[in-house]
Amino acid sequence: MIWLLENPDPFWPLLAEHTVLSVLPTLLGLLFALPVGAALRGRPRARALAVLIAGILFTIPSLALFVVIPGILGTQILDPLNVVLALTLYALALLVRAVLDSLDGVPVAVRSAAQAMGYAPARRIAAVELPIALPVLIPALRVVLVTNVSLVSVGAVIGIGGLGRLFTAGYQRSYPDQILAGIIGTVVLALVLDRLLALVGRSLTRWDRAGRTAA
Amino acid sequence: MTASAATAAAAGTGLDTALILTRVGEHLAYSGLAVGIAVLLAVPAGLLIGHAGRGAWMIAGANALRALPSLGLMTLLVLLLGAGLIPPTIALVLLAIPPVLSHTAAGIATADRAAVDAAYAMGMTGRQVLLQVRIPVALPLMVAGLRSAVLQVVATATIAAFVNLGGIGRFIFDGLAVRDYDRVVLGAVLVAGLALVLDGLLALVARATAPGRVRGLRARSPQGSARP
Repeated sequence: MIWLLENPDPFWPLLAEHTVLSVLPTLLGLLFALPVGAALRGRPRARALAVLIAGILFTIPSLALFVVIPGILGTQILDPLNVVLALTLYALALLVRAVLDSLDGVPVAVRSAAQAMGYAPARRIAAVELPIALPVLIPALRVVLVTNVSLVSVGAVIGIGGLGRLFTAGYQRSYPDQILAGIIGTVVLALVLDRLLALVGRSLTRWDRAGRTAA
Repeated sequence: MTASAATAAAAGTGLDTALILTRVGEHLAYSGLAVGIAVLLAVPAGLLIGHAGRGAWMIAGANALRALPSLGLMTLLVLLLGAGLIPPTIALVLLAIPPVLSHTAAGIATADRAAVDAAYAMGMTGRQVLLQVRIPVALPLMVAGLRSAVLQVVATATIAAFVNLGGIGRFIFDGLAVRDYDRVVLGAVLVAGLALVLDGLLALVARATAPGRVRGLRARSPQGSARP
């Protein structure tokens, strides 16, 4: 940690980059997974196909995706967009399943009641079903976020990767202290983001705990 | 598809098949060694936690391991212990332990209460209940944990090439170093293909370990019958 105490200046921009590279794909993945998941419901065949594709997508190693995306899209190999896009795809693959599972858990009576009250499908999902699905959705989102934090650092071997760059730089200079600072920074970032998301989830689902303590 | 894409990419780089097979062999060896050690450590621990209902702190500890970046751990260990097989193996073992441990413990702990009670009532000892009732019931979940561990280890073993070892990662790092994009793609396609093949094989194992009752029902039920 001596490195960190003596060199606080390069640490913060890397931490900021790491945070953006892990949070942005998580949010984008959720943004895409919600309409996709909602559209797949009630279509068993399309749903089975989507779950299969998501499973295959997840077997592709992140480093492989980081280096292949530039060839497909024509982006520069050092473009952070490659990492954002690859991690968004992983997040989407994991979250489509989670969105489907969480919407499955909404009681039929609630759906029917909302329908009877005249909610249009899109509004019904956003205003009625999604809040009820949150207790299942938030834990999945936390897994995706923590996974993304550790995957971003792999990007360092191709020159992007936030705190992961302390690993490659420290290794090339044979300077263990710099690597240790990167490891501690990554782990703390993962734990803090996980905790924050858990707190957001808790504040959005107060009714859930109220119901349980009353029961 | 994977094989032909790999062949096409290989033709572009002028690399021969023998080298590709060597690299895939190395990759399998690193992954196999790490998963093997992880299973030897995590399965007994998981059985103990699930069966005795104690040591849940180990699960929490293992889950915290998930946040540990493998690349950082591996490079740090190379600087501290010297180059060789040990640093990447330790990093990969730590990667494989959490899924195997948590799936094993969960499978053993959540084994059907009625079946476990019936086994005790029949006079089985604790050891017999574990070996003859809880493990067979937990096997599908344990295989699922193994599958997840294998996927992550095979994907991450590519970074062993960053500390000058072999494996499929060699193609990616060497290709990046000399700006030979075909070689990079070859490496990427090989890792993805290997991961898919291993996952498919383990899916077959998972099916074989599914409880016989479920398989029997599925085999007997006529086509197009009502879903549950």
